Amino acid sequence: MGAPELLQFALAGLKNGSIYALVALGFTIVYASTGVINFAQGEFVMLGGMLSVWAHSTLGLPLPLAALIGILGTAVIGVVFELLAIRPRKDGDPLALIIITVGGSLLLSNLARHVFGPSERSLPAFTAGPSLRFLGATLERQSLWIFGLTALAVVVLTVFYSRTRLGRAMRACSINRTAARLVGVDPKRLVTISFALAAALGGLAGVVTTPLTQTAFNVGSSFGIKGFAAAILGGLGNPIAAVIGGLVLGLLESMSIAFLSSTYKDAISLVVLLLVLFIRPQGLLGRGGREKV
Amino acid sequence: MSLLQVREVTRSFGGLIAVDRVSFDVHDGQIKAIIGPNGAGKSTLFNLLTCFDRPDSGSVLFEGRELFGERPDRVVRMGVARSFQNTQLFEEMTAHENVILGTHARSGSSFTPAALRLPSARKRDDLASQEADRLLRLVGLESWRGSLAADMPHGLRRLLEIARALATSPRLVLLDEPAAGLNTQETTALGEVLYRIRDHGATLVIVEHDMGLVMEVSDEIVVLDRGCKIAEGPPRLIQKDPAVIRAYLGEEDADEL
Repeated sequence: MGAPELLQFALAGLKNGSIYALVALGFTIVYASTGVINFAQGEFVMLGGMLSVWAHSTLGLPLPLAALIGILGTAVIGVVFELLAIRPRKDGDPLALIIITVGGSLLLSNLARHVFGPSERSLPAFTAGPSLRFLGATLERQSLWIFGLTALAVVVLTVFYSRTRLGRAMRACSINRTAARLVGVDPKRLVTISFALAAALGGLAGVVTTPLTQTAFNVGSSFGIKGFAAAILGGLGNPIAAVIGGLVLGLLESMSIAFLSSTYKDAISLVVLLLVLFIRPQGLLGRGGREKV
Repeated sequence: MSLLQVREVTRSFGGLIAVDRVSFDVHDGQIKAIIGPNGAGKSTLFNLLTCFDRPDSGSVLFEGRELFGERPDRVVRMGVARSFQNTQLFEEMTAHENVILGTHARSGSSFTPAALRLPSARKRDDLASQEADRLLRLVGLESWRGSLAADMPHGLRRLLEIARALATSPRLVLLDEPAAGLNTQETTALGEVLYRIRDHGATLVIVEHDMGLVMEVSDEIVVLDRGCKIAEGPPRLIQKDPAVIRAYLGEEDADEL
């Protein structure tokens, strides 16, 4: 296999990896505030795509506005989901909450089927035009949007967590909930905000990937599994780990196509998930032996 | 009017009455200590006063407002700060950041200005940073500014938690066993910090085992035994109170005295 082909596979891996990274970020953010894996995270990707398709095709809105509706609409659904399904469970029992998110995932995908119909939908690419040639490999213009918007999301999130008061309070709350109360922070409010952020990131992933892959009511679970594997691979702790986990998983997948067979592509994330949990449960970047409070 | 009025507060766990109809007042500018043998109900009372726990009955008025039924984070915003026996810090943040978080309580945190980094938010952040530095100096931790809380020695973590509590601009500060695990030198330093806090206008309530510290710093002492208040008064009187001596030394020993 020549260098251009290898580059082609690497670019495809990074493209998918960026999407996984966005989903993994959603997992990380909710986990930090609740200690729970939100298995409805993949549905946010589906909703982002479906809402923007609906806004663009059915309402006839221009694409940028439709994209924005996809992202913000998903964030609103994330908030409603938290308020109706997560918050009423006052004791915060992780197992109960995880099962609630599994149920929420089924509910959201079935609602989407009823509201938007069972067929596959698509969006036009954000920038029209032929693919770009790059060192012998080709790159769809939409991939640049995926790279750019993922990078932007990561930068914004990093600044948010390190520089803003709300972000600092969210970090503080994930380190120590009791101490957060001592400084006047209401952890419940931060849980709601974390669902809004996670849903918005999932929505963003759905919006940018739909022009390339299409979307349908049932794509959520697959994004959920990939994003979950990426988050575990990176180590459920900080945003950078989630991004690295996503990119590594994307590259592993495309290299498995390059060197093995495309048959195994979807199995890779599950194999990675199991291997990480067996060998290095804290993930690539996680610190070992420390239970998160 | 007293700053804090505790009235007939009762809390039981199953059949055990941990706090039994306890009443007392804390006046503005006082250092008030709550002492008592192990299991006397001191920590339970503390959790009640700061709304980390709910009483069965009774009432606690802070500046005339009922505290019971409020959430702990609301109580902090009302001006009541506390520390825990087991220091509760943000371990993976620096000392400076820990204290800055305390300043959030007083100014609220509206999302938009913070997210957009508007000048008003930036100015507020600068003020918070300066205030955090001032409080670190107050407790003598200025040289630990950039250290992670997790890396600081035990005695200094206590002081850091106190500095963070002060950052919420409290009128009343409740400290749960601030001297536990401190050596003599550190305890002396703590006593000085407590005076400094009071001189800055805050009122203090401390639960403490270290009698030396309690007798030295407190203006008034409340003594609990098996959930009941058995004595209240200035240190000199408490030291001679027969009921207190009996509670601490047991019935038989008291007879021998």
